[in-house]
Amino acid sequence: MEDREAVLQFTIPQLLRWRVQRSADKVALREKDFGYWNTLTWRKYYDYVHKTALGLEKIGLKKDEKLALITDNIPEMLIVAIGAQAIGAISAGIYQTSLPDEIAGILDYMDVSMVFCDDQEQVDKLVEIRDRIPKVKRVLYEDPRGMRDYRSDDWFMFIDDLYALGEQAREEDPQRFDRLIDEGQPDDVCHFCLTSGTTGLPKAAMLTHINYINMGLKLTEVDYLEADDEYVSFLPFAWIGEQMNSFGVALATGITINFPESVETAMEDLKEIGPHFMFGAPRIYETLQSQIWLKIDESYWLNRLLYRFFMKVGRKAAYYRMSGKTMPLSLRILWRLGKTLVFLPLINQIGMLRLRRAYTGGAALGPDLFTFYQALGVNLKQIYGQTEITGIAYMHRDGDVHPETVGIPLPGTECKISEDGEILSCSPSVTKGYYKMPEKTAELLQDGWLRSGDAGYIDESGHLVVIDRLSDVMHNSKGEMFSPMFLENKLKFSPYIKEAVIFGDGRDYIATLINIDPIVVGKWAEDRGISFTTFMDLSQQPQVADLINKQVIEFNQNVEQPHFRIRRFAILYKLLDVDDGELTKTGKIRRKFIMEKYKDLYDALYDETVSQKTVEAFFQYQDGQTTTVQTQLEFFTMEDVK
Amino acid sequence: MQTLNVNDVTLSFGGLNALSEVSLSIEPGLITSIIGPNGAGKTSLLNCVSGFYHPTRGEIFYGDHNLSKASPHQVSSLGIARAFQNIELFRGMTVLDNLLLARHQNLKYNIFQAVFHTSKTSKEEALNRQYVEEIIDFMELEPYRKKTVGSLSYGIQKSVEVARALTLGPQLLLLDEPMAGMNIEEKEDMVRFIMDIQKERRTTVVLVEHDLGVVMDISDYVYVLDFGEVIGAGKPKEVATDPKVVEAYIGEE
Repeated sequence: MEDREAVLQFTIPQLLRWRVQRSADKVALREKDFGYWNTLTWRKYYDYVHKTALGLEKIGLKKDEKLALITDNIPEMLIVAIGAQAIGAISAGIYQTSLPDEIAGILDYMDVSMVFCDDQEQVDKLVEIRDRIPKVKRVLYEDPRGMRDYRSDDWFMFIDDLYALGEQAREEDPQRFDRLIDEGQPDDVCHFCLTSGTTGLPKAAMLTHINYINMGLKLTEVDYLEADDEYVSFLPFAWIGEQMNSFGVALATGITINFPESVETAMEDLKEIGPHFMFGAPRIYETLQSQIWLKIDESYWLNRLLYRFFMKVGRKAAYYRMSGKTMPLSLRILWRLGKTLVFLPLINQIGMLRLRRAYTGGAALGPDLFTFYQALGVNLKQIYGQTEITGIAYMHRDGDVHPETVGIPLPGTECKISEDGEILSCSPSVTKGYYKMPEKTAELLQDGWLRSGDAGYIDESGHLVVIDRLSDVMHNSKGEMFSPMFLENKLKFSPYIKEAVIFGDGRDYIATLINIDPIVVGKWAEDRGISFTTFMDLSQQPQVADLINKQVIEFNQNVEQPHFRIRRFAILYKLLDVDDGELTKTGKIRRKFIMEKYKDLYDALYDETVSQKTVEAFFQYQDGQTTTVQTQLEFFTMEDVK
Repeated sequence: MQTLNVNDVTLSFGGLNALSEVSLSIEPGLITSIIGPNGAGKTSLLNCVSGFYHPTRGEIFYGDHNLSKASPHQVSSLGIARAFQNIELFRGMTVLDNLLLARHQNLKYNIFQAVFHTSKTSKEEALNRQYVEEIIDFMELEPYRKKTVGSLSYGIQKSVEVARALTLGPQLLLLDEPMAGMNIEEKEDMVRFIMDIQKERRTTVVLVEHDLGVVMDISDYVYVLDFGEVIGAGKPKEVATDPKVVEAYIGEE
């Protein structure tokens, strides 16, 4: 057993050298090119970094200068980034989808002096803004395709020419590179990671060597990785989610990184590699789920039958596994059978057969998707963190997976909830701050604690629960915090509820307006022989009111905290609609607008003497005609909720 | 590289002249476009060059080789390849297999070596695959390598058709409406491919195309056909202002 903590004494380039000393001929990087997986051993990888670093020094990159990378995932992105870090320069990733204007702003803000692009597409963006980025001395490119017209211009440089320069420099002074990387300190800033600011220009978080290596080390302390495990690099390099794996995890553990042939083939290549761990935003897992559904759908009837049967078994088994309980014998036998017959062949088709752990982060993943993957036997876990803490700081442990939480802190990470209910963290992976933004940095880091901007709490099992952005949460009259969006989503787990609007900011209790789901509730009513004409009619049926009442009771039983419970609700007579300004274009509720539009209903929700109210509903049809209908709206009070 | 010369070529079907005394010369290393209204004889001309038709009168020379009586496979062995307007691929086969098959005449092993799969055979196959993979990379077809052609969108099939012509390693590439039926993004890609074919693969390109915007942008020289006759020729700018060409396209006032 090697001393795992030993890696903490190194910088990223030093750690790379250390890997070569231990396992020079093991495969470090693998790239698919011309339909064939080409490999680079640690020795080769190091050799390229060596040449790149000396080449960069030759063309004038100095310590503390910045080199930006705008590239798809290719081995050269790591070679160039670590090459720059080796001479004490700072690498930075920029999203490949960025527009020229954005790139100009970012390059200027970060004082970038060299840029690495993968192909003509990115180089052309720089050509467009060339006169606005005087600080950029050189542009390196990897793919010579279509670059014939740029050859004569000194501003551009083909990466092979850089390697040749580096080779030459190495012959002149073979010890130069070792001396250069010896100068690095683990606490030096090595990479700028842009954080997606919701407003204005993005901020660059300054991350150090130790930030990345510590994160990779602590993550794998919990979820151990073998040195010959595989990882497929398909996330954008500018995102912390990719860097933490390719800098942090890979170097801390010595696993192999695989690069897909192109962005479009990533999922196919994933299948060929069969990685042992993967990380992705929820969208990737949603895409893979639809792929599985499609495969099942296209399959013949016996497969479908077996899939449906064993999916039920799988869901039950998932419950036991996620909570770490032992399965009853009968279930265990069925689950084994299902695994052999259906699940293993199925997940093999999408390349998840060897997957020991899959992590999701960046946004919330629906609980359904969680149980779906867990039922298939894929160990999907939620992580939580932020760029400023090098990606992952909280994570589910195996056998302790609760879809509604984000898990417990990694070793060495401390968690605290501030008086305002904000999640604060502290760990060796916390950034030094934002580049050239002392005020923002001071705001971010207070007394050694990193502010997340998220509201949350720690539940009785010690898991962290993230509620919402701090700016979106509300407080009741007793000052207790709640997140309307969190509660609305919870309420919408009921298939009968399409939309819900939660109120209660500064009030004594929570009240809500509910939209029934016309299709599900319509079907439900038909099955019970309840006749109705319009949506308005359906929504005011007493049986429907009973149905929704039951949903609210169930909701109240399941919420985490007593003050989350709903005391009064009413069923709205019309569907909330984008055209009426009640929803945003992306389908989010416009709470303020709804509060003003249905002012009388809102007042009635907080006036417990009102149990019925006549409202005038105003409709505008698509042809411009308008009509006003009178209807009785009922208000329901949950008596047990104070 | 050699010049393609078409000298006074006439092609008649019964009493109808599809081409009458057409003369043109395709200079090596350039993109030469042939435009004209429907039925002007553009495809007939390509058919004569590629050996599908033989001119009734007149002669076609590629360098010193007389193509007037040559069969398609003879033309192709001279390094002239063609991408068809109506996609001529095996729809039930994968992209990769289509491209490998297109190079069958470059495989240098006989039937016995094929049956016993000798080391020479596998070496040849590996080289063949390598060549095809370069073309796949060039035409950015990686995501479709193992997909059957019939399952691909029309625009992608067109790209595969061009790729199939490229696998022959041509010196002269005849493209018959490579952009017909493509959306704007696919067209932009195809224009880039054609320019790269000319510049980076050093191939002479003959382009038959209806999209005049594309033609005027990328051609070095343009010939205009109408009713089987050459009615205009020159650099794109000259052709665009030629009254006879304008008349053929827009009609008389």
